[in-house]
Amino acid sequence: MSKQILVGVAALALCAGVSAQKSTADGIAEYRKMLEDGNPAELFEAKGEELWKQKRGPKNASLEACNLGQGPGVVKGAFVTLPRYFADTGRVQDLEDRLVTCMATLQGFDAAEIAKTPFGRGEMANVTALATWVAGMSRGLRFNLPQSNPLERTSYEIGKRAFFYRAGSHDFSCASCHSEDGKRIRLQDLPNLTKNPGDGIGFAAWPAYRVSNGQMWSMQLRLNDCYRQQRFPYPGFASEVTIALGTYMGVNAKGAESIAPAIKR
Amino acid sequence: MADPMRIRAQAAGDKTTVRVLMSHEMETGLRKDSAGKVIPAWFIQEVTATHNGKPVLSADWGPSISKNPFMQFVVKGAKPGDKIAVTWVDNKGDKRTDEATVS
Repeated sequence: MSKQILVGVAALALCAGVSAQKSTADGIAEYRKMLEDGNPAELFEAKGEELWKQKRGPKNASLEACNLGQGPGVVKGAFVTLPRYFADTGRVQDLEDRLVTCMATLQGFDAAEIAKTPFGRGEMANVTALATWVAGMSRGLRFNLPQSNPLERTSYEIGKRAFFYRAGSHDFSCASCHSEDGKRIRLQDLPNLTKNPGDGIGFAAWPAYRVSNGQMWSMQLRLNDCYRQQRFPYPGFASEVTIALGTYMGVNAKGAESIAPAIKR
Repeated sequence: MADPMRIRAQAAGDKTTVRVLMSHEMETGLRKDSAGKVIPAWFIQEVTATHNGKPVLSADWGPSISKNPFMQFVVKGAKPGDKIAVTWVDNKGDKRTDEATVS
């Protein structure tokens, strides 16, 4: 039903030409609103919460002692301050990388093995569910990434350079699509990620449920697919460049309200 | 065992809006996997809802319903504290029932 309405709105916009672009965007906003009521991301949040409390892994332990940057076991507010520097690992980590660290140290899982697992499978699917729940616990809070540690500032600079780095068969960079206001790809608005794109847009919307393929997408998968679209080689899971891009987008989004986990077409 | 449903039932006047989110793969039986083999059909076939044990809705579903389906319906005369239960049965005979209290 909602899809029919969207098609109707899109057809109308085509007839009316350029002046109707606004109503196309409105139509999409309306479609999203309808979908929000039953965002299947909730199912992943519930799964993530259960995984957090469940005793699992070779050490048969829960993740309840996991430190996401706000102290052991503190989940609320953690999402809007990540990626950040962690003294115990000596590097800047994003949410998913940090969750894998906790799964390795507390539960005894093999971190390298998880990083090699394709998205949506085995323990990687569990990392995504955990990230969805942790993100949901910061819903409505505003992004405020720390930049006091030199490594955090380095991460931001690396992220910025990676963002503008043009390469590949199409001579593409992240900035090709995401450095101007008001750009679209087909019917999707493209956020300008070189600044705060606004509440619940860009970095403040992922993890998100993709209706078109019924998958829960974490930020790592989002970046992985951005690189695919740019015809770059796939980046490694939680590699330095993906975390640096997270830092760049997260710091730029300072003050933006998180709506994650969101719903996408 | 299937994952739990999320059910919310909110009363406004004499009408209660029930929103149900189900966790199900909903395979059509038309897709093929990476090896080229057909993925067997696996979808919810029957959905029923009760209000304090009395049937208020029954639906026959098929493979055209999306993955992780969302369903919304209105029950007349349900009051806060009443119980709304939803059950689905899929084509493999697996079933799941969850209950929510009207608020």
